Amino acid sequence: MNTAATNAPEVLKEQRGVLRFYGIWLIAALALIVLPLVFSSGGSLTSFSLIGIAIIFALSYNILLGQTGLLSFGHAVHYGLGGFLAVHAMNAVAAHDLPIPLPFIPLVGGIGGLAFAILVGWVMTKRAGTVFAMISLGIGELVASSSLILRSVFGGESGITTDRTALPHMFGWSFGPQIQVYYLIAFWVMISAIAMYALTRTPLGRICNAVRDNPERVEFIGYDPHVVRYLAYGFAGFFAGIAGGLAAINFEIANSAYLGATQSGLVLFAAFIGGIAYFFGPILGAILVTYLQLGLTNITTVWQLYFGIIFIGIVMFAPGGIAGLLMMHRPLIRARSLAMVIPSYLVAALPTLALALGVILSIETVARYTASQGEGNVINLVGIAFDATKPATWAVAAVLVVGGFLIARITWRRVAEAWDRAATVARDRGYLV
Amino acid sequence: MTAAIEIKSVEKRFGNVSIIRDLNLSVAQGERHAIIGPNGAGKSTTFNLISGYIKPSEGEIRLNGEAISGLRPFEINRRGLSRSFQVTNVFAKMSVWENVRCAVLWASGHRYAFWKNVDHLPEVRQRTAQILEDIHLSHRRDVPAGLLTYAEQRELEIGITIAGGANVIMLDEPTAGMSHAETERAVALIRRLTEGRTLVIVEHDMSVVFGLADRISVLVYGHIIASGTPEEIRGNLKVREAYLGEEAH
Repeated sequence: MNTAATNAPEVLKEQRGVLRFYGIWLIAALALIVLPLVFSSGGSLTSFSLIGIAIIFALSYNILLGQTGLLSFGHAVHYGLGGFLAVHAMNAVAAHDLPIPLPFIPLVGGIGGLAFAILVGWVMTKRAGTVFAMISLGIGELVASSSLILRSVFGGESGITTDRTALPHMFGWSFGPQIQVYYLIAFWVMISAIAMYALTRTPLGRICNAVRDNPERVEFIGYDPHVVRYLAYGFAGFFAGIAGGLAAINFEIANSAYLGATQSGLVLFAAFIGGIAYFFGPILGAILVTYLQLGLTNITTVWQLYFGIIFIGIVMFAPGGIAGLLMMHRPLIRARSLAMVIPSYLVAALPTLALALGVILSIETVARYTASQGEGNVINLVGIAFDATKPATWAVAAVLVVGGFLIARITWRRVAEAWDRAATVARDRGYLV
Repeated sequence: MTAAIEIKSVEKRFGNVSIIRDLNLSVAQGERHAIIGPNGAGKSTTFNLISGYIKPSEGEIRLNGEAISGLRPFEINRRGLSRSFQVTNVFAKMSVWENVRCAVLWASGHRYAFWKNVDHLPEVRQRTAQILEDIHLSHRRDVPAGLLTYAEQRELEIGITIAGGANVIMLDEPTAGMSHAETERAVALIRRLTEGRTLVIVEHDMSVVFGLADRISVLVYGHIIASGTPEEIRGNLKVREAYLGEEAH
C-alpha cells in the first residue's frame, strides 16, 4: 500500500503540532514572567496572584466536570483543607525550624486535598450524576460546619494565621514582598497546568472522557467506571489542595470561608463560564471571574446579581462557555469565511450594549433606591451621572432595555443567518463536519 | 475441549415474571453461533446475562470453563468476552479514533496508567489504526462518534467490540436498520474480524443468520426450543411452528 507516501506528510504535520504545542506553553511561561514587569502596581500584583490560584483551582475542578462528567458542589472542601494543612505545616516548620522552604508548602496543601479525596472519594464516586452531586453538597456542608466547631484545627470564625516569611528562605527570597509570592504562585500555576494537561493525555485521562460520555459502555471495554471516577477525584482533590496551599501562603491565613459553599459555587461558575469542553476554558473562566469579583465588589453592592445574570446567560445561550464561543470560529477561520460574520457582529454589538447598559441602569436604580440609600443616589455609568431618584433615569433605563432588546433581537437573527452562510462555506470546504 | 460459553439452567426473574426459563446453551470454541427468536423472546436478556449486564436469578454461566455468573461486566470483559449493543452505544463526544483506542487500552495492559502518554504507545496506535482500517473508518478518524452516519456508527460499534482482542465476541443485531448493501458489507466485515474467534450473534435477518452461523439456537419465551446446524433448524418442526412458520406465510 501507499503507507510510505501517506506517512511523510503525517509526520511533518505531527512535528508542526509538537512545535506549536511547546510554543504555547513557552509563551504562557514567558507571559507569567513578564506580566508583573509590565503591570507592576501593587493592585495588579494582588490580582495576578489571585488569578493564578483561581486558575489552578478551576482546572482541578474541570478534571471532575469537564473530563469525567462529575458535577461537584463541594470542591472547595479540598481547596480549604489543603489551605488549612498548609497553614499548619507553615506554623510547624517555623516553630521547629524545619528545613522546608516556602515553595514546597503548596505540595503539603496538595497532599491534604488528596488525603481527604482518598478518604471520602470511594463512597462518593460509586455513582455519577445526581447522586454524586448531592453527596458532594452534603460533604461540603459537613466539612464547612465542622470547621466552625473544631476550633483547635480550624480556628473557629477567625481562622488560623501564619507568617510566610518565618520559613527558611530560598535563593535569598523571604517571600515577604507580593512580587515574590506572585512568582511562587506563577511557578505552581505552570507546574500544575502542565501536569493537569498531561493527565488528559494519559490512558487514564482518555478513559475519564469515556466514562463521562458513556459509563455503561466503559464496563464492556474492561474498565470499572467507579475506579476511574475515584482516581479522577483524587487528582482533582490534589490540585485543589495545591491551590488552597497557595491561597494560604498568599493571605497568610486559612479560615472557614475557604471550604464553604460560596467557594465551591465560584469554582463551578469559573469553570462553566470559561467552558468545560476545552482544557483552557477554565483558565479563561478563572481570569474573568476573579476580575469580576475584584472589580464588581468595588463598584456595586449587588455584584452577586450580575454573577447570576452572566451565569444564566452563558448556560442558556452559550453552554460551551467562552472557550466554546471562541472555538466555534476555528473552522470559519480555516475556511476563510470568518469575514462573513464579522459585520453582523458589529451591527449587533450596539443594540446589545444598549440593552446591557439598560439592564445595569435598572438594577442599580432599584438597588440604590430601595436597598442602600445611604450610599447616595448617583449612578455613574459610562461617564454619565444618573440620579436614581429621578423619573427621567427610570425612563432612560426602560427605553434602553425595551428598545435595546427589540432592536438587538433583529440583529441577533442577522447574526444567525450570517453564521449559517459562513458555516455552509466552511462545510463545503471541508473544515466543518 | 471446554466450551467457550456454557449456560446451565439459567433463570431470570423480574419480580414474579420469568423472562428466561431453564436456559441451556453451549457454544463451542471457534463456533459462529446465532440466536434467533421472535421479538420479546429474551435474546437481548440472554446477552445481558452472559455479559454481566444483569445477574441471573438462578443457574450458572461459564466462560472458557470458568464460572462468570454474578461477575461485573468489566470482570467478564477482562476474561475475554466482548459484546456490542443493539442500540448504538459509543462515546459520542469523542472522535472515532479515541473510541477505538479506549477499547484497545485495557487489553494492551495500560489499565489506569496516568504516567504514560497515550499518544506514545506504538502498539496501541498500530492496533487502533488497524481496526479503523478494518471497519473502513480511517477517513473519519477525527470525527466525533456522535456525528457519524447510522451505518458508520454500527461499524464503529463492531470496531469497539473487537478492539480488545477478546476471544468470544457477542454481537446484538449488528445489521439492524441497515440497507441491503450495508448489511452485506457488515456481514463480510463480521466474518473477517471474527476469524478464529467464537462468535455469538443475535440477528433478525435470516439471510445473515443462515449465511454466517455454524449453529443456530431458537429462543422462544425465554427458553431454547432447538439448537443445531442451519439445516437441522430449517427442518425442525417445532421451530417452523413457533417461528420460521410465521415468516414463511
